[in-house]
Amino acid sequence: MSFMNTTAKNFRVETLDVEDIEKIRQDFPALSLNIHGKPLVYLDNGASAQKPLAVLEAMDRFSRESYANVHRGVYQLSEQATTAFEEARKKVQHFINARESREILFVKGTTEGINLVAQTFGRQNVKSGDEILISAMEHHSNIVPWQMLCEEKGAQLRVIPMNSTGELEMDKFEKLLSSKTKLVAITHISNALGTINPIETIIQKAHAKGIPVLIDGAQAVPHMTVDVQKLDCDFYVFSGHKLFGPTGIGVLYGKAKHLEAMPPYQGGGDMISSVSFEKTTYNHIPYKFEAGTPHIVGAVGLGAAIDYMQQIGLDRIASYEQELLEYATEQISQIKKVQLIGTAKKKSAILSFTLDEVHPHDVATILDQEGIAVRAGHHCAQPVMEFFKVPATARASFAFYNTKEEIDLLIKGIKKVLEIFK
Amino acid sequence: MSNLRDLYQEVILDHTKHPRNKGILASANRHADGFNPLCGDKVQIFVDVENGIVKDIRFDGSGCAISTASASMLTEHLKGKSEKEVGVLFERFHNLVTGEKKLSDDTPDLGKLIVFEGVREFPMRVKCATLSWHTLMAALKNEKKEVTTED
Repeated sequence: MSFMNTTAKNFRVETLDVEDIEKIRQDFPALSLNIHGKPLVYLDNGASAQKPLAVLEAMDRFSRESYANVHRGVYQLSEQATTAFEEARKKVQHFINARESREILFVKGTTEGINLVAQTFGRQNVKSGDEILISAMEHHSNIVPWQMLCEEKGAQLRVIPMNSTGELEMDKFEKLLSSKTKLVAITHISNALGTINPIETIIQKAHAKGIPVLIDGAQAVPHMTVDVQKLDCDFYVFSGHKLFGPTGIGVLYGKAKHLEAMPPYQGGGDMISSVSFEKTTYNHIPYKFEAGTPHIVGAVGLGAAIDYMQQIGLDRIASYEQELLEYATEQISQIKKVQLIGTAKKKSAILSFTLDEVHPHDVATILDQEGIAVRAGHHCAQPVMEFFKVPATARASFAFYNTKEEIDLLIKGIKKVLEIFK
Repeated sequence: MSNLRDLYQEVILDHTKHPRNKGILASANRHADGFNPLCGDKVQIFVDVENGIVKDIRFDGSGCAISTASASMLTEHLKGKSEKEVGVLFERFHNLVTGEKKLSDDTPDLGKLIVFEGVREFPMRVKCATLSWHTLMAALKNEKKEVTTED
């Protein structure tokens, strides 16, 4: 396979070429769908990504041949299932370069991961008068859990402002860090704007004042190499379904020292060492946080998705997607009536835009008739919409299986929208 | 494409670009706010009802082409109608855009509002067409609570 070719490494930036993409697209059954009689152009990867055969087959094979509950039976099948489940944990560990696999907790998704930290670490460490610092470009899932915690504790939610391009105002960030700040919770990449935040600096500055940092990595892990040890973040959260894996499975990475000190999240089976009616002793990490039968098949699927991505190579994916972003930005900027929302210098392949006098919902309906799937709405980031004074935007979010030809179709589709609303 | 032309008919686009009866109605004795949390569409309906008749009606807010045109055309069509007639028209309009029931030929009739028939081919857009109607019904009942499409 040509994407396994490494000889090119020495003399050019590694990316994916037309042949690679053609092969990759054949791995995704959904990409051959027809919508309204036209080939699907799937540009809603920021909401959820399509699944490669490798993932679908791994889940199917596991369900047929190796399935039983985990961490329970002494029989062979349960042992096989447990091994596969724990293998998946190790794959996640290596994928984000965590020090130990016990620092990887399986959760439902990013939302549950953040809620888990809020309800355990947050409840334990945040008191009345304390502050939690988030940013102006957070997804609702990295706002509401902290608001709930602040309300319960009498603490304050503070917000790092952004400028009109959608970049965080770093000087203001530093001023917001104080002895009251108990946690910084920030998105790696904005789902509504595409901004890649300088989280290395944010983590460094927060740590200089002894403040732990949680990173919402939902939009980052599908598109770039993430190294939690290098970042030195305290928590890192992401979802499986945006990473070409199944829904219902996600990951919360936490430094072992935090996870060990945190109280459990939910009570139940698997999270205990021993139970009597007088006293329960909790299991060690990560199981302390994994009450109940986990999404075993989902974890196996996530592991397969990680294998698949690593086989292609995260750096090549990142480099190819930057080419897509550059091309799409250039093309869309030539349409006079388009306003790009989010023009940060460092961006992921997300184009959020509005059209003069045409509501994003109408844009999405018309594009859909052309087989083009984009998101229209507030992207679960209403404060971002308010900041840019728009009720909603249309958003095209790309993945490595998208092509320049699809961008051309998007541009053609947008021109058609303008034609209808002329 | 024919579906798209059915949805975005000239009349609808005209009302989107040049909404009628837009703005606050000072003489209103009924009023309600409507909101679609999924897309952020907002509409306010103001009605002046005298002796059970809609003497005047206006709307304000922001939304997509379908919701704006629906609100605009609703205000044009309902002026002078009785509250009872409005109730019947609401039901008929709802049936029109959802395609749930076949319409009988009873009066009052939907007149120009028939252009919204194309919406039934776009189930995701039904709420855009009906938001202003739900808000109007709340206004007539004098319900103070904000109407949302997600209740």
